[in-house]
Amino acid sequence: MQRRRVLKSLAAALPAAALGACASVDRQARPQVVVVGGGWGGSTAAKYVRMLSDRRIDVTLVEPNAAFVSCPISNLVLSGRRELADITLSYDQLVARHGVRLVRGRVAAVDVQQRQLRLDDGSTLRYDKLVLSPGVDMMWDSVQGLQAAHAQGRILHAWKAGPETVALRRQLQAMRDGGAYAIVIPEAPYRCPPGPYERASVVAAYFKREKPRSKVLILDANPDVTSKGPLFKKAWAEIYGTMVEYRAQHKAVAVDAAANTVKFEVQDDVKADVLNVLPTMRAGEIAVQTGLANANARWCHVDFLSFESTAAKHVHVVGDSIQIAQGMPKSGHMANSHAKVAAAAITAELLGLPVNAHPMLTNVCMSFVDDTHVIHVASVHEYVPTQKTFRTIGGSGGVSDVRSDLEAVYNQGWARNIWADMLS
Amino acid sequence: MTERDETSTRRRAAAAGALLLLALAGPVAAQTAPAAAAAAAPSPEAQRLYLRSLAATCAHCHGTDGRAVQGEALVALAGRPREDLLTQLMAFRTGDRKATIMHQITRGYSEVQLEMLAAYFAAQK
Repeated sequence: MQRRRVLKSLAAALPAAALGACASVDRQARPQVVVVGGGWGGSTAAKYVRMLSDRRIDVTLVEPNAAFVSCPISNLVLSGRRELADITLSYDQLVARHGVRLVRGRVAAVDVQQRQLRLDDGSTLRYDKLVLSPGVDMMWDSVQGLQAAHAQGRILHAWKAGPETVALRRQLQAMRDGGAYAIVIPEAPYRCPPGPYERASVVAAYFKREKPRSKVLILDANPDVTSKGPLFKKAWAEIYGTMVEYRAQHKAVAVDAAANTVKFEVQDDVKADVLNVLPTMRAGEIAVQTGLANANARWCHVDFLSFESTAAKHVHVVGDSIQIAQGMPKSGHMANSHAKVAAAAITAELLGLPVNAHPMLTNVCMSFVDDTHVIHVASVHEYVPTQKTFRTIGGSGGVSDVRSDLEAVYNQGWARNIWADMLS
Repeated sequence: MTERDETSTRRRAAAAGALLLLALAGPVAAQTAPAAAAAAAPSPEAQRLYLRSLAATCAHCHGTDGRAVQGEALVALAGRPREDLLTQLMAFRTGDRKATIMHQITRGYSEVQLEMLAAYFAAQK
């Protein structure tokens, strides 16, 4: 007993290098998976490769942020019904329970030939399989003047939950009663199709409670509401009346931060006290920079059996960055689904097992329409070998019959369970 | 269990095995059913990976391997009796049990897949 304790403390005291060849051979022999991005796709991929391989594959997760902040539910921070702390979760369990190696950093470059990536601090990581889940980045040039206005904190998007969510909340709080909040929506596809309409709804709920003379303007580049349209429109009409105004086919081309004004391709300018402009989006920067954005130089084509990039072997892309299949939303739930298919395929390939020829995906997107009522859209997708893509399964899926407080209870259960499915 | 129940259970179990074979056999074998049938049965490890992947499509709402966060309305599936799980899943699928979402989800799965899922979650401790 005494002896074992001494050995243990000795081993702990030795620097890794002193363990010498033995440790490095062992490390080389075990398959190495590196996951870039600890969001909905990346966290899930890291955990599920560890789980499905029964820990026979080493996983390193590279993530610049200290903690995970959930985009789903973040609209309730804007309406004052949740705090940022409620949607902030730790990466600790991925490390402690699942043995994921967490590296806090940003990837500077990926060398797909050498299967190696270089981090900001100059260190390198070798991989047998790489999973990129970098989410979206903004195409600032889509709206003239927006990048500068955003950098000054004048016009926010708050489409990546975190400090910017709190900053937008402060703008809403500072707005006078009788003022106007405008959310400007880009052409689809963008991250979280129903998200802008949920945001407009819960901001209206906040106004109704505290600033009842105010207005919510929804200025949408699309020809109609892109998700759950009839349910949202019914809620707006019945709950908010003239407080919420929806205007389709408003494609923003420029902002004037000094004048609080948005300019549109065709329609008249719109002035509002709080402008919330979502730029056009594309795959995360590291995917674009690595040459994986081979769909209109914007999204990444993948082989849907494994989510391997069609541009680079052994590199798998999951989540919002991919060129989606028909009926597949860019959602957190869907990113989690992608990651599980990718994790199973990677595990199979690295352990010499057959890759599942018929993977399935599910998706559920729930949206608040006020403080207490929720609506959903759900779908189930299967891989169709003859078409080499995912299709929604006939007869499955659908939307809520009506908005309900029961679904608000389920929404909380969904959030807690899916957060745990990713991170615990 | 009546004789009829037993026969139908056996038939469903055989169908589950065949589906697993097809799922694992890959596109080439899948084109010719006899070839798939003739192919060696998937290894237990391959079967396990397939089942865990199928079950992972439920985990978003019901927790990893059916272990939900305690106290939430979306219930844990792990360790519940197989027959109970299957009865509920089928009732959602036919519409006999009213639901907000589960009727829409269960209609995306075959009866054989629901059998596999019920057995998988029942076996989780």
